[in-house]
Order: sequence, then structure tokens, then C-alpha cells
Amino acid sequence: MSKFKNIMETIQMIEKEKLDIRTITMGISLLDCCHTDGKQSRIKIYDKITRYAENLVKVGEELEAEYGVPIINKRISVTPISLVAQTSNDKNYVEFAKTLDEAAKAVGVNFIGGFSALVQKGYSRGDRILIDSIPEALSVTERVCSSVNIGDTRSGINMDAVAHMGKIIKKTAYLTRDQNSIGCAKLVVFANAVEDNPFMAGAFHGAGEGECVINVGVSGPGVVKAALEKVKGAPFDVVADTIKKTAFKITRMGELVGKEAANRLNVPFGILDLSLAPTPAIGDSVARILEEMGIESCGGHGTTAALALLNDAVKKGGIMASSHVGGLSGAFIPVSEDEGMIKAVKSGSLNIEKLEAMTCVCSVGLDMIAIPGDTPDETISAMIADEAAIGVINHKTTAVRIIPVYGKGLGDEVVFGGLLGSAPIMAVSKFSSVDFINRGGRVPAPVHSFKN
Amino acid sequence: MKGVITVIGKDKVGIIAKVTSALAENNINILDISQTILQDYFTMIMIVDLKDRKDFFKDIKDNLEKVGRSIGVSIKIQHEDVFDSMHKIS
Repeated sequence: MSKFKNIMETIQMIEKEKLDIRTITMGISLLDCCHTDGKQSRIKIYDKITRYAENLVKVGEELEAEYGVPIINKRISVTPISLVAQTSNDKNYVEFAKTLDEAAKAVGVNFIGGFSALVQKGYSRGDRILIDSIPEALSVTERVCSSVNIGDTRSGINMDAVAHMGKIIKKTAYLTRDQNSIGCAKLVVFANAVEDNPFMAGAFHGAGEGECVINVGVSGPGVVKAALEKVKGAPFDVVADTIKKTAFKITRMGELVGKEAANRLNVPFGILDLSLAPTPAIGDSVARILEEMGIESCGGHGTTAALALLNDAVKKGGIMASSHVGGLSGAFIPVSEDEGMIKAVKSGSLNIEKLEAMTCVCSVGLDMIAIPGDTPDETISAMIADEAAIGVINHKTTAVRIIPVYGKGLGDEVVFGGLLGSAPIMAVSKFSSVDFINRGGRVPAPVHSFKN
Repeated sequence: MKGVITVIGKDKVGIIAKVTSALAENNINILDISQTILQDYFTMIMIVDLKDRKDFFKDIKDNLEKVGRSIGVSIKIQHEDVFDSMHKIS
């Protein structure tokens, strides 16, 4: 009888509570695709990606059918292109982005991540070319995602890169202005970026990773919410325990699918990223979990504490369930992609200041937030600096994926469509950060021995 | 490999007969059946042996879904591992 109950529980999780494998991401090293001739390098890149990922979508669909678990996305992450492209004499890397886009289309994946540069300590020649290529690359391609790491705990924050990225984000917004500046939704600025994160737009295949690897991202905010509904009014020990047990089950399912995918594709299994990644669908929201804990509307006082508990319990459950939990593994709080968050912003309970506080204890950072299109570059850079500081000081990953929607202002709403959802334009501080950002240089790495 | 078949829908005459004969036609042996009525809904779970039928999984799945549609119930077949991995520590 207990088996009967378990089977019904699993089916209920999948059917009603929207448990899913959010993504199977194949990480592919392109380090051997360098060539002094950019064209030759791109041929190698295209061949390698299409060779390794040829069966990725097919295997994903097979597993979906056999296990009865939806696998929403099949994706690819590659070595940061700045590392590969800088051997060439090219002065612009847009062609590399086009090659990635074509390869992604050829194998049928919806996103390919890795048009990236790591500049936490400084720029090499190729890093600068890559970053300058981002706006055009994101406007002429459909499936390419880009990320730039501008700080980490060991190096501090590269404030020249922070200033640079403010301009790049604005330019990307302008070049994709006819689609609500959607290019910015494919661009993440990181501090302490992780090398094995399977979630877009920030996925890339780090230089320390193997030749080819399968990373899996599982998500189930609806399942956690449903579990908490059963312990209404119970003390926090019970809440934490309930989340832990639920996370355990979700992780186990993800590990099974990930290992089987790796097995069938004949590449090693990398990590499982257990993240509560919301979607705009009702019943798939992280904000609603926080509200289930007793907060009237997400953003109210207590939200940060609730999120901290959630994030920690998710990690604890996941770590017990799989030996290879990695990536970001926690709760994502993207505004446009979360039905509860969108509602909270509209009702006025959630603003950017509160979101920033929440990023101290969540998985990533200021994510999928639409702001007025005329926000100055320096203000965006200053927001990046704030987030990077939180990450660098607290030894965690933080990121900014912010969208200054060209031509729109407060009171407007933008619809991105699909999983990217919709977002009301949020207010940013009216006060200037120009002199702060124009200093440039580097914020030194924090001292490790004197933590308090 | 073992499969788990779940049949859920409004109760009526002949559901078990239809499903089991479809399995017999596909040469699939039933190892265990459990059936109940949950809030007016007919709910049946079967564990079946797919030992030599693994390659035909997709065909079997499509076939069962078709049978389900013809009698107005939802029939699913899933690999047993997905349930074991979630609920067993071993």
C-alpha cells in the first residue's frame, strides 16, 4: 500500500504541482577549437558542437517519455568564447556568436550559453573584444546567451568592467528595442560565477571542466508550496524539515534522469543543480512559497528570512540526495518569470531595494527586472557593483540580469512571452552614481580572516 | 525493466478488461495490480514486466494512450525507477 501511495504522490507532483526537469545542459569544451584564422576556428566549433550534441534532444525526449517527467529545455553550454576566440586575429566576435546560434539550431536546442568573458581581475585582449561584441551578437542571434564575470571573492571587483557592462547593457537594450529590449534577458553579469551551472542565461562550460559533460537542473517550486500547505501554522523546524524532505525527492528524480541521459549520450554525468526556478504559470512560483510561510505579499517584512530558510533547506535536502549537487542550487527570484513576484511588484509590496536584500540569501541576484529605458549607464553599473559586493563579501554567487526597456518608463509593463514572462517597470533610485562609477580601477578582495 | 501503469478516470464498466487485454496483445505480463476508487475516480496501478519489450516502449505508451482515449480515462506508463529513486534510500 505504501508503494501505491508513493506512486500517486510522484504522479501528483508531476501532474498537479508542476515538478519538472527544467533543463538538461550539455557542457562542451571548445578549448581545442582555437585557430589563428577565425573562420577555421568557427568551423571547428560548429563541427564539435553538432557532433557532441547530435542526440541530445532525442535522448531528452526519450527519457521524458519513459519516466513520464517533463524535460522542459535541452541546452548547451560552451567554454567562454573569449578564451577560444582570442587566438584569432578577429577584431569582433559577432561571427562566433552566429556560429553558436547556427549550431544550436542544427541540433535543436533552444539556448546555447558561453558567449562569455571572465574579467574579475583584468581584461585580456580577447575579453575586451568579446564584451564589445555582446550588444550586436545578442541582437543578431536568437539562441545565444552571454555572461560576464566581473568580480570574485579572491580577486575583488573589477570596477572598469562594472562601468563597461552598464554601457553594454544599455546598448543591448537599444539594439533589441523592437522586441522590448529582450537582448538583455540573455545577458548576465556575475560575481563568483560557477563553472557548472546548467541554467541560462548564465551557463558556460568552465575551463576547469571536462571535455563534455551532462549537467541537469531540476525545479519544483509548486511541489514545495504544496508540501508546505500541509503543515500550515507549524513551527519553522517543521517547515525546514518539510522542505528538506521534498528537496530530497526532487533531487533523486533529477539524478536518475541526469545519470541516464549521460549514460545514453556516452558522456560523464556532471552535476545536478537543484534550484527552485519559477515560471510565469500559476502554481510554479517561489514568491508563493514565501507567502505560504505566512507573509501576506512577497516583499513584506520577513521575506528575507523566509527565503533564507527556503534556500538552506533546499540545499540540505539536495546534498543528502546526490553526491554531485552543484551549480547554484537554491531559489531563483526572477521577477518577470514568477507569477507571485509580478503580482507583488504590481501591488507595491516588492521593490528593488527589497529584492537586493533578498539576493543576500538566495541563489542568484537581481534577475529579470525591467527598469525604465532612460536609466543612466552609471546607475546600472552601480546596481551591478552593489550586487557584486554582496557576492564577493559573502562568498556566494550573485548576478544582475536587468532590462532597461527602451522607450518605456514607470507604470508601463513589458511582455517577453514564454518562460520569460512579463514585468512591470520598476523604479530605480533617481540619485546619481556617476562619480562613483567613473573612478574605475579595482575594489580589493575582502579579507578572509576577520569575518563578522 | 519494470513499468508502472496508472489508470485514472471516471469509473465505468470494462476499464480493467480493456487495459489488460491491450497488455496481453502486446505480450506484457502483469506482476501486480492495485485498484481503488478515490473520490469517485477509478484509480488503478499496475506493475508490469517489460523485460524484452524495452525497445518498444514508445509504441506501448502510444498504444495505451489510445486505449485510454477510447474509454475516456488517462493511462500512463512510466519506468519504475522514477518512483524507486524518489522514495527509497539505497
